[in-house]
Amino acid sequence: MNEKFETHEHDVLIIGAGGAGLRAAIEALGQGASVGVVCKSLLGKAHTVMAEGGIAAAMANVDTADDWRTHFRDTMRGGKFLNNWRMAQIHAQEAPERVRELEQWGALFDRTSSGDILQRAFGGHTFKRLCHVGDRTGLEMIRTLQDRGVHLGIDVFMECAITKLLKDGERVSGALGYWRETGRFVVFKAKSIVVATGGIGKAWRITSNSWEYTGDGMALAYDAGAELIDMEFVQFHPTGMVWPPGVQGILVTEAVRGEGGILRNKDGERFMERYDPEKMELSTRDVVARAIYTEAREGRGTEHGGAYLDISHKPPEYVKRKLPSMYHQFRELADVDITQGPMEVGPTCHYMMGGIRVDAEIAQTTVPGLFAAGEAAAGLHGANRLGGNSLSDLLVFGRRAGLAAAEHAKHRGPLAVDARQVLEATREVLAPFERSDGDSSYQIHRDLEETMQNYVGIFRNEDDLQKGLGELQRLNDRAARVKVEGSRLFNPGWHLARDLKSMLTVSEAVALSARARKESRGAHSRIDHPNYDESWAKKHNVVVREGDQMTLKQLPVLEMPGELRQIVEG
Amino acid sequence: MADATFRIFRGDRRQGQFVDYQVPIAPGMVVLDALHYVQSHQAPDLAVRWNCKAGKCGSCSAEVNGRPRLTCKTRLDALRIDEPIVVQPMKSFPVIRDLVTDVSWNYKVNRKIPPFTPRANVTWKMDQRDVDRVQEFRKCIECFLCQNVCHVLRDHERQEQFGGPRFFVRVAGLEMHPLDGLSRTKLLKDELGVGYCNITKCCTEVCPEDIHITDNAIIPLKERVVDDYYDPVRWFLRKLKKE
Repeated sequence: MNEKFETHEHDVLIIGAGGAGLRAAIEALGQGASVGVVCKSLLGKAHTVMAEGGIAAAMANVDTADDWRTHFRDTMRGGKFLNNWRMAQIHAQEAPERVRELEQWGALFDRTSSGDILQRAFGGHTFKRLCHVGDRTGLEMIRTLQDRGVHLGIDVFMECAITKLLKDGERVSGALGYWRETGRFVVFKAKSIVVATGGIGKAWRITSNSWEYTGDGMALAYDAGAELIDMEFVQFHPTGMVWPPGVQGILVTEAVRGEGGILRNKDGERFMERYDPEKMELSTRDVVARAIYTEAREGRGTEHGGAYLDISHKPPEYVKRKLPSMYHQFRELADVDITQGPMEVGPTCHYMMGGIRVDAEIAQTTVPGLFAAGEAAAGLHGANRLGGNSLSDLLVFGRRAGLAAAEHAKHRGPLAVDARQVLEATREVLAPFERSDGDSSYQIHRDLEETMQNYVGIFRNEDDLQKGLGELQRLNDRAARVKVEGSRLFNPGWHLARDLKSMLTVSEAVALSARARKESRGAHSRIDHPNYDESWAKKHNVVVREGDQMTLKQLPVLEMPGELRQIVEG
Repeated sequence: MADATFRIFRGDRRQGQFVDYQVPIAPGMVVLDALHYVQSHQAPDLAVRWNCKAGKCGSCSAEVNGRPRLTCKTRLDALRIDEPIVVQPMKSFPVIRDLVTDVSWNYKVNRKIPPFTPRANVTWKMDQRDVDRVQEFRKCIECFLCQNVCHVLRDHERQEQFGGPRFFVRVAGLEMHPLDGLSRTKLLKDELGVGYCNITKCCTEVCPEDIHITDNAIIPLKERVVDDYYDPVRWFLRKLKKE
């Protein structure tokens, strides 16, 4: 079948080529599996490249008292105990080995005076724990993984977008995609599939995410029958750029605060004293983001509605050495010399704690043969992610997903791909070319961004969420009639039309979950329910497809064994 | 605020023309902002490659008024707006569509380079000063602007014999890694053709990461090739040292 489509066959197909996808690929290759990696952009451009501050791992190179137990405790406390405790345990235990492995593959971290990997302080971490390379840790990581993967022999399909997971009964058996360059379809047959597509930031107007982060993997998995969990927990990073308009949302690394940066309002007050007098600027991201937002809302914001972040009390040479890309970013894009004066910063949509529900040990979803890792998966971070825990997440669970996917492939029988599923999926992707009326994908996207920004933002309430859900319904109707101009050759308007479908699915899951959780916890802040609610401490929201209907159910939080409970409470 | 005229290449490798678009200027605007404006208001199918929009991923390379630039870092207030701002794809790579070029050749060259290979029994201790030297090369964001301006590739089309500045930077990062034990001088001489470079420093000039490509990467690599292949005494000493 599929004679008319270009077809590739692998034991393991990995969708996404950021840190999690590449780490999964390396591990699956090591198991002797044939591996294909598909990515929407060029290899090496995934959002991992934007990670700045570092990788959290209890190596105890700087603070010798650190160990996995403290890292585990910090992660659970930061996540307000909604984390999957087993993932948090595995993560804390395995992260140091994953960092050492990166070094053995050629990554060059900053050093301590005794020649070990240097670690820096970060929000919510008890000890200096973030292994880093100035403020471009993600670039070092992705380049190291990319070069290792390429030399081990992964097949990389660059600038190729997956639009549908194909199933053989209950199991996944492949995926349909299109080449962005030619618009032609391509079928991937695979015994196991790992989704490592990252987050959904592009559904918000102010975001640190690039065009790629449209929730594709979450939506694909959801369509294939997998469950989405904890979707109400969207991280707004406290410090994005706010001025000039074109750079609004671009990330300002937490490392600025890790290196001693101070937050002030327009009156010069160090306002974190009122929100978290103990941890101050290095409080968790949810707390700092709400603090900055509140200062601005109550009239104490900067000229452009943010807060001042100042590192200029440190020696200029030190700032340039430890924060080189921040120095250049502000000098070139905002005409600000951060060694001389403060930056203006404000919250920006940054990271999705929720995502595809997976098994802690092997990263498998509820669909046999379908695995997920990295930001696309959920569990490790609970209600709020600590800075630095994402890069370690990618490595720890990317590796586990790759291992398990290769193992699964060994026992999987012959593959059957259903020609009808393929044809139906191609028709759906091409339909916008046949319409003569309807809105452009850019218009609908702008309205989606406004909807999520205004109604499903940092602070939420019942009315707004209800309005948001209504708007999403109207946007769904408009997206079903979206019109595309031009040809199938490298046509971003057409690509966005497809990405809109993913964004709308995931946005609806976020809004539904946020409406259901009538309490405030971690990154989810309800003005109408400002406190913790004990009954919600024991429940996750889970979104699943029933027929064409998105349905919401609750799952109990996994009970932690006694010895881990002692660590967390100790 | 005033409008600027953007004269943008529309077409593919067979045919194409420049098309003018009017774009309202906002404070602090960069060329990529203008391209996005054109996409969302006038030409939804305008092909542009971009990702981070913060100068960290190296996706949005193009030629602005003839100068190779990251469009996300090219401010409009640094350009004259009383005349059209010309935006065209990188010349040294085949055009796919509009501003998007086929850069796959670079990925092929990369595959020729043997990866980091630690010496036996290393302890993984490194001095920051040794690391500093290599971290300069590791800053590379693979925007390929250096490949685009290098005349060996741009004018003489030596893609088969020459690796280009990007990959000399990459090899330098491996060769000068404090714990690497492999020599890549044969590769540099025979397959990456480092000898073709006559140190005009065009690559260094366009590097958005300010990597001193010529001085810190290419010249030391040329010296290593000379040492290994054209200086018998040093060749012998190096061989002894390695053993």
